[in-house]
Amino acid sequence: MASTTAPPAHPARAGTPSEDGASPARRPRQRHRLAAWTMLAPALLLFVAFLLVPIGYALWLSLRGLRLEGGGPFGRRVETFVGLENYATAIADAEFLAGFGRLLVYGALAVPFTLGLALVFALLLDARAARATRFSRTAIFLPYAVPGVVASLLWGFLYLPGTSPFSWLTDQLGGGAIPFLQDPWIFASVANIAVWGGVGFNMIIIYTSLRGIPEEIYEAARIDGAGEWQIAWRIKVPLVAPALVLTGLFSLIGTLQVYGEPTTLRPMTSAISQTWVPLMTIYRDAFTRDDLPLAAAESVLLAGLTVVLSVVLLRLNQRRIFGGS
Amino acid sequence: MSAAPSTARPTATAAPPRPTGRPRRSVGGVAATTVLLLGALYCLVPVAWVVVASTKSRGELFTTFTFLPGSGLLDNLGDLFAYGGGQFGGWALNSLLYAGVGSVLSTLVSALAGYALAKYEFTGRNLVFFLVLAGVLIPGITLAVPQYLIMSDLGLAGSRWSVLLPSIISPFGIYLARVFAASVPDDTVEAARLDGASEGRIFISIALPMLVPGLVTLFMLQFVGIWNNFLLPFIMLADQGKYPLTVGLYTLLSRGSGEPGLYSLAIIGAALSVVPLAALMLVLQRYWRLDVLSGGLKG
Repeated sequence: MASTTAPPAHPARAGTPSEDGASPARRPRQRHRLAAWTMLAPALLLFVAFLLVPIGYALWLSLRGLRLEGGGPFGRRVETFVGLENYATAIADAEFLAGFGRLLVYGALAVPFTLGLALVFALLLDARAARATRFSRTAIFLPYAVPGVVASLLWGFLYLPGTSPFSWLTDQLGGGAIPFLQDPWIFASVANIAVWGGVGFNMIIIYTSLRGIPEEIYEAARIDGAGEWQIAWRIKVPLVAPALVLTGLFSLIGTLQVYGEPTTLRPMTSAISQTWVPLMTIYRDAFTRDDLPLAAAESVLLAGLTVVLSVVLLRLNQRRIFGGS
Repeated sequence: MSAAPSTARPTATAAPPRPTGRPRRSVGGVAATTVLLLGALYCLVPVAWVVVASTKSRGELFTTFTFLPGSGLLDNLGDLFAYGGGQFGGWALNSLLYAGVGSVLSTLVSALAGYALAKYEFTGRNLVFFLVLAGVLIPGITLAVPQYLIMSDLGLAGSRWSVLLPSIISPFGIYLARVFAASVPDDTVEAARLDGASEGRIFISIALPMLVPGLVTLFMLQFVGIWNNFLLPFIMLADQGKYPLTVGLYTLLSRGSGEPGLYSLAIIGAALSVVPLAALMLVLQRYWRLDVLSGGLKG
């Protein structure tokens, strides 16, 4: 992002007069402008159609609502402007708020475990003494290719008392089945699916970042008497901080959007309600209850929260990302 | 292992080779290897389970030990492909269509836009770039409901277009493509201009070949992203014949609670849907250049 101040595109023509002069240089300038906008056109068209217009539509719709007009048996429902009423309804809805609470518990488990394990695995892959690194790296990355819905299906059966090998083991030991799919275990069980699916991708980002550190830095530290642990914590971790922030950002956005995993587990458990996380509430309000304005308001709240949290995370880490400049 | 990263990332070859004289079988080395292998085990167990479970007949699924292979593989396969008049094959083709076409178009659109943002100076460039950055932070999936409403108004809801079109735009892809395109030397572009090449020609003949390694990564990120997407097709589509694998398998599973036979179908369907993508990932692994992701943030 710091590179918005890219070098001038045409250093070779540094001596040409400015744009408004009626010089021969004006034509290439215009040609470039035309080329740039032509190349941007498909992206801009899609951006407007599927991001800006839906955002605008959601904002507009969130201010509308159905009102009873007339009254008595002849009253009919008409769509009209209701101000912030839908937002008030959403915020006052205990279930919607509880969904955010559950999201918080889920995220507090999923994000630190995903990032922590990814960092540990990346550091170990980069450690000189570790063996079987190619196999481990490939195996840990593999779940990235498994859709969340399919991952939930796999883990769901590994949780289900009738098919779970873990519960089979505890049962053999006399402890009975592990209640993976009941409160409060369900939070750890859903979070585990996210950790399983996300740890490899994040590990690769951190690992490639580690591989970019020049070996000389380690040599210098070793000469100064630093052990491998000290090198890992004092040199490697601070140097891959930008990668950690990036993976943290992805994990945060991913957490707020969680939908497929709990939805897939629902048929297997009664611990996941129809409104377990905010996106599930939004889906229900939009398609089961047909209250599109309320769903729009809830979407705006969720998207707004995501943006605010992302910006806060980036701001807090700005100095680390941009090397203090 | 030492050869793979250097082929994938030419920059790594600049670093001196790691010293090999150190004793390999240290306590730390054994501990490090053990932790890595445990991680690998954790990631492989569910995949191993689904492969084993797909061989179990309906009766065996809940009665035999969970990691014991069964005798129902062929029956399960037959049942799966017979289900709903061969719907499973259709779902797989749909997934391939959405992810394949969507990610190719997305990569091209992102490459064009990223190149324009990196290599041209024009009024409004900063505004466009700001929009792209803002788009990165807005979770696309929270827009699925308003996107559905727009698609309804356009008369496209329920069609394959309604899944394909929103998948093409990727602000993060544009942002990444801009990072890649910044590495195209201005001198080369300028030299081609002096030789009379058109801007489109410069992009296709000069910039695009230089961008290929980065764009392959972008393509794969998009492919996996669209392949794994659930909520968008779940909202947009009503006709089971247009479902991708994720939504199709979900419907199998959600009906399975009332019809236990469908559990076996969901399991073998999951196994079949995991294997090809996993194989593709393993083959293409050397082309992954995820360092560009972290490199991009550093600016």
